[in-house]
Amino acid sequence: MRVYADNAATTRMSDVAIKAMLPYMSEVYGNPSSLHSVGQEAKEHLDEARKIMAENLGCEPFEIIFTSGGSEADNQAIVSAAAIGARKNKKHIISTAFEHHAVLHTLKKLERQGYEIELLDVHENGMVTAEQVKDAIREDTCLVTIMYANNEIGSVMPIEEIGAVCKEKGVLFHTDAVQAAGHIKINVKEQNIDMLSLSAHKFHGPKGIGALYVRRGIMLTNIIEGGAQERGKRAGTENIPAIMGMAAAFADACSKIDEHTEKVQKMRDRLIEGLSGVPHSVLNGDKEHRLAGNVHFCFEGIEGEALLLLLDMHGVCASSGSACTSGSLDPSHVLMAIGRPHDIAHGSLRLSLSAENTEEEIDHILTVVPKVVEQLRNMSPVWRDLQEGRREYVIQ
Amino acid sequence: MLYSKTVMDHFTNPRNVGCIENADGVGEVGNVKCGDIMKIYLVIEDNIIKDVKFETFGCGSAIAASSISTEMIMGKTVEEALALSNKEVVEALGGLPAPKIHCSVLAEEAIKAAIKDYYDKNGIEYDKALFPDCANCDHCDHH
Repeated sequence: MRVYADNAATTRMSDVAIKAMLPYMSEVYGNPSSLHSVGQEAKEHLDEARKIMAENLGCEPFEIIFTSGGSEADNQAIVSAAAIGARKNKKHIISTAFEHHAVLHTLKKLERQGYEIELLDVHENGMVTAEQVKDAIREDTCLVTIMYANNEIGSVMPIEEIGAVCKEKGVLFHTDAVQAAGHIKINVKEQNIDMLSLSAHKFHGPKGIGALYVRRGIMLTNIIEGGAQERGKRAGTENIPAIMGMAAAFADACSKIDEHTEKVQKMRDRLIEGLSGVPHSVLNGDKEHRLAGNVHFCFEGIEGEALLLLLDMHGVCASSGSACTSGSLDPSHVLMAIGRPHDIAHGSLRLSLSAENTEEEIDHILTVVPKVVEQLRNMSPVWRDLQEGRREYVIQ
Repeated sequence: MLYSKTVMDHFTNPRNVGCIENADGVGEVGNVKCGDIMKIYLVIEDNIIKDVKFETFGCGSAIAASSISTEMIMGKTVEEALALSNKEVVEALGGLPAPKIHCSVLAEEAIKAAIKDYYDKNGIEYDKALFPDCANCDHCDHH
């Protein structure tokens, strides 16, 4: 049995998405910028895809910009808001310490250009509150950028409340919704979101395509210069097959949110309950405000890469925030942000489910994980020190 | 990250895992902060390594490097064990990815630390410069 439990990394494309893409590789192959009928036919379908995206986000079609994925959308949203701020001499940006690197590294770049970046502390449960945002907003704040749901520990932020605070204070609000889109109901107008990034391959769409929602009237700065595609804000011939696949996958995912949430959450809760039984383990991220498919644990006394390799050999594909999986010596910045010490941050495991997982697969994971954790602990000097009282447990 | 067949073999079937009560020499290197700790236990008789066991907290290559290096020093003289270099460990493993070379360094240092402990316990004179000084080294903090 091979269980794919790494759906936060990427998902298998749905049949709906694949089917939607195929005609655009052979029959409808035109360039939407061409004036002839072949090009214009492609343009019609492009417009249709934009409409589908807009309908499912609660915005207007012209407020959608197609990008190469979530990272590009994050980059463009932040750089645009920073440029708007600079024109009004506002150069203070609020974010959090546990954003995706697409956000954090863009902010770092802006910091070197003279912007002041304030990263809000994340609570131990992986939450940031609207009050924190409210307290941090200043006269010269030009942007608040806070992720909708965390990609590692799965905690879901109070986006509507944060949006309301930003609206009240007149500050632009961007959210990286890469992990949330297609999984949680989003309405950008009701939630007072000014800009939102999403990526198709996280909801069973194709890779290499994403979208940026940007509220009417917000001036975008180009990241890619060239032709006049996407209202002149994102050059390059549109990737029509991928865009069609994304729109189909997004409409499909959004129409099944309730059904999928119920199914996936049940499996998630079984995993959380089962893995909580492993001694000296702890669940990361809020239990209630949590992505339906996210399970994230730290196991004391072991290291995550070894855990992943052994799990893979037992047919479980998962992910870890250990240093050894990142190529650096520092464990995940997310686990550091919620205050997990290095000792246990190295021993983390993320299992991320989709509606394609089954109860049998959950049984398999629940058999394999405790066994593999025990196997690694049995060869760990840290575990021996803990057991024999020479070292104190971090997780009781 | 791709590991060689030898690394995967030693990682999944590690040789000489465990601890030895009243070992003649025990060496522990690394720290939890950087995610690797290696501990080597030695039984030494007539200057020969009669038995060796290891415990490792770390990634797949750290476990494999510890496992193969215990095989490489089993039955050897103390001097031969001291001469084991991390390069030989890497070669024996059929190579390691660049970010994992430090795992082989840890294996070399853990063995040296265990021999140093043996020397200290038995009042044997040695050149201190030959041994790692983990207490005064910040290698793990500077990657």
